[in-house]
Amino acid sequence: MDIRPILSTLRRHKFTACLLIAEIALTCAIVCNAVFLIGQRLERMDMTTGIAEHELVYVHMAYIGMPSDGMARSAADVAALRQITGVKSVTMMNQIPFGDSSSNMGLRIDQTQQKDTINSAQYFGENMVQTYGLQVVAGRDFQPEEYQDLDKVFAGLRKGDLNALPKSALVTQAVANRLWPGQSPLGKQVYVGQGIPLTVVGVLKQLARPNQFEKGAQYSVINPIRIAMSQGAIYVLRCAPQDRDQVLKEALAKLKALDPNRIVLNKGTEDQLRHNYFRNDRAMAGILLGVCIALLVVTALGIVGLASFWVAQRNRSIGVRRALGATRRNILSYFQTENFLLTTIGIALGMVLAYGINLFLIMHYELPRLPAIYFPIGAVTLWAIGQAAVLGPALRAAAVPPVVATRSV
Amino acid sequence: MMGYYMDLALRSLRHNKVLTALMVLAIAVGIGASMTTLTVMHLLSGNPLPGKSDSIFYAQIDANPPLSPSHHNEPPDMLDYQSAVDLWSAHKADRQTLVVESPVKIAAQDVQQPPSMGMLLSPTADFFTMFNVPFQYGGPWSADDDTHRSRVAVISADLNDKLYGGANSVGRVLRLHDADVRIVGVLKPWRPTPQFYYVVGGRFSHGQTADYYAKPQDVFTPFFTSLQINDGNFEQFNCWEAPKVAGHLVGAGCVWIGLWVELGSAAKVASYRNFLADYAAQQKAAGRIGYADNTRLRNLMDWLAFNQVVPSDVRLQTWLALSFLLICLCNTVGLLLVKFLRRGGEIGIRRALGASRKQIFMQCLFEAGAIGVLGGTCGWLLTLLGLQWVRAQPVAYADLAHMDLVMFGSTFLLAVLVSLLAGTLPALHASRIAPALQLKTL
Repeated sequence: MDIRPILSTLRRHKFTACLLIAEIALTCAIVCNAVFLIGQRLERMDMTTGIAEHELVYVHMAYIGMPSDGMARSAADVAALRQITGVKSVTMMNQIPFGDSSSNMGLRIDQTQQKDTINSAQYFGENMVQTYGLQVVAGRDFQPEEYQDLDKVFAGLRKGDLNALPKSALVTQAVANRLWPGQSPLGKQVYVGQGIPLTVVGVLKQLARPNQFEKGAQYSVINPIRIAMSQGAIYVLRCAPQDRDQVLKEALAKLKALDPNRIVLNKGTEDQLRHNYFRNDRAMAGILLGVCIALLVVTALGIVGLASFWVAQRNRSIGVRRALGATRRNILSYFQTENFLLTTIGIALGMVLAYGINLFLIMHYELPRLPAIYFPIGAVTLWAIGQAAVLGPALRAAAVPPVVATRSV
Repeated sequence: MMGYYMDLALRSLRHNKVLTALMVLAIAVGIGASMTTLTVMHLLSGNPLPGKSDSIFYAQIDANPPLSPSHHNEPPDMLDYQSAVDLWSAHKADRQTLVVESPVKIAAQDVQQPPSMGMLLSPTADFFTMFNVPFQYGGPWSADDDTHRSRVAVISADLNDKLYGGANSVGRVLRLHDADVRIVGVLKPWRPTPQFYYVVGGRFSHGQTADYYAKPQDVFTPFFTSLQINDGNFEQFNCWEAPKVAGHLVGAGCVWIGLWVELGSAAKVASYRNFLADYAAQQKAAGRIGYADNTRLRNLMDWLAFNQVVPSDVRLQTWLALSFLLICLCNTVGLLLVKFLRRGGEIGIRRALGASRKQIFMQCLFEAGAIGVLGGTCGWLLTLLGLQWVRAQPVAYADLAHMDLVMFGSTFLLAVLVSLLAGTLPALHASRIAPALQLKTL
């Protein structure tokens, strides 16, 4: 197909042609970036926590007054919760992935370091590995005698008595790979802050921190510390997914019966926590998707409008060409090629613009670079939309009978 | 003449309903999206203390000890207990208040309601006058109450509604944690946007700042009183040394208190800056802090800007909506051009019968303007729908999303501006149509 006649026609419609190109370029740039942003959000929402997410329910409570025997009462609570039918395991934890609180600590591999190597989440609570369904890939879980009570740990911290502090830790593979790349972490020492040593006894496949994922989503450490409800612990129960509602209801009733003098701060399933944690991302992904679709529709309609106009305007010249021997196929491909040309120029400009917008986003929103794969995908999408939009008007043009040429010339 | 132009425009719009609908829809959707996000932007980036924000300052010194790992170029967003109390009790500003927030258990003994968790703000007496906090009943506590650690409280309108059904509750007793406090004041509904007096840590929040738009706290008690009654429930902003007892931060190596000062003149600001620098230098000489030349005194709006209070999602949505409007504009220009040029014959006849270029131009512009007004009206309706949607979102600022008079006016202004912008070029083209050429082809 010779494109010279097309170019000379377009030269006589510079303004409309430029408008169409600008519209396609803008759409291309924005859709590429929007789809990229959607991908980023979906990736965020897709993160794995390493825990048995569909099997956990939690209850977070607070006392109205402060009980003196917090630890004993909590032990009684846990024992009672274990009696509920369907419950596989119960623990009291200081935090839970996607929960709103977070306890973190700075880790160093050398006592003389000035700055922390990483900031990791600090989980503690008895029986965590079993209840959260964590996978220990090397070493072992804590032994019962390794656990210390949280109030004794605090007392030890006050007095500077290292013996009252826990001495062992479970770390995730992500922590191990960051602190000792290529080495076995088992038996290695890690220091909390300026000098509390911990020995790594086991490695977890995965365990996400509760929130603040930008500090390293999988940087988590477990310490063998027992925590009581009066110290802010959350009850976490594991059961089969279909039993969760029933178990939660019974657990609340049981806790209320054991001690009515407390308030439920929060309760639900781990799935709900995840759902709530990502609701802003989901809403934003929805908005972006809506904008993409709306943009493509608006652009397609613009192409239909302009193409229809051109077809109507060139009605007679189409007739003349047909009379001179051009086939319907020739006419059809004339308009298709014209659209392809305009779209291509638009896409080329759009890519440059997309890259520019991406640079802007990198500077202002800490986003990564737009992967190159978006460019060919964006191009193919716009070509397809352009061709689909021009098909109707082009078919109408091809249907113009040669006899039109003889009228009113 | 105007009536005639209007009549012509409406005739032409009716002539090709699909094309008209398409153009109106494009403008309406573009304006609806832009105005929804601009309204949210306008609400979130407004001045929470108009007329006064220039004289309100947030004071910072770098309380990190020598060689602290948490030292940065910027001082921490909050102060440690020692520095905060020293600076506050020097009374070098016109007014000054400390602020710290903590969760607290609230029970009202003479009401049949279960206890609940709420937020406690612990300012000092000047807080209420400094920030123009409106009172429904009673008033703020006195400076004496601050120093004597009086067991007094001011409660929010929401809490007053919840506990006492909105009645005057001044003089009644509230149980906070384990202590009884007497209510001395009840606020009117008060919704500072953002909750400016407790904006901290914006630079660490990665744009997720929607929570700065949360409602004010439920209860306010004097700073020093709060330290007694809610001990063990305070949260640190940052620590260079783990606190010995969780939630007890007095004397701990932690920053957790904010200091706001009111300074009425430039001279006072300058002298307060010197005061901060002198204090830091003196503390460094005493060996308590490690970085003396790291002090800041930002005014309210600068402090909000430094914390980038407008959530990045909202800014992104605004850019998105504006570029969407731009594309809709391109589209409308193209379609209008098609429409006017297609009527070349008609325009040619009018020109031949004596219409001037200017008249043709005006006629076309009227048509574009009519589309703009229609699009603007639909766009305004879409904006209301959009704001309704924002209100249904799970964000702290959702309940704020309403259209005010300014935004109502700007919507129409934008609509007409957009359509005139869209109409000018096509109308110019149409008015340049050569009548002879067009008449020949009829």
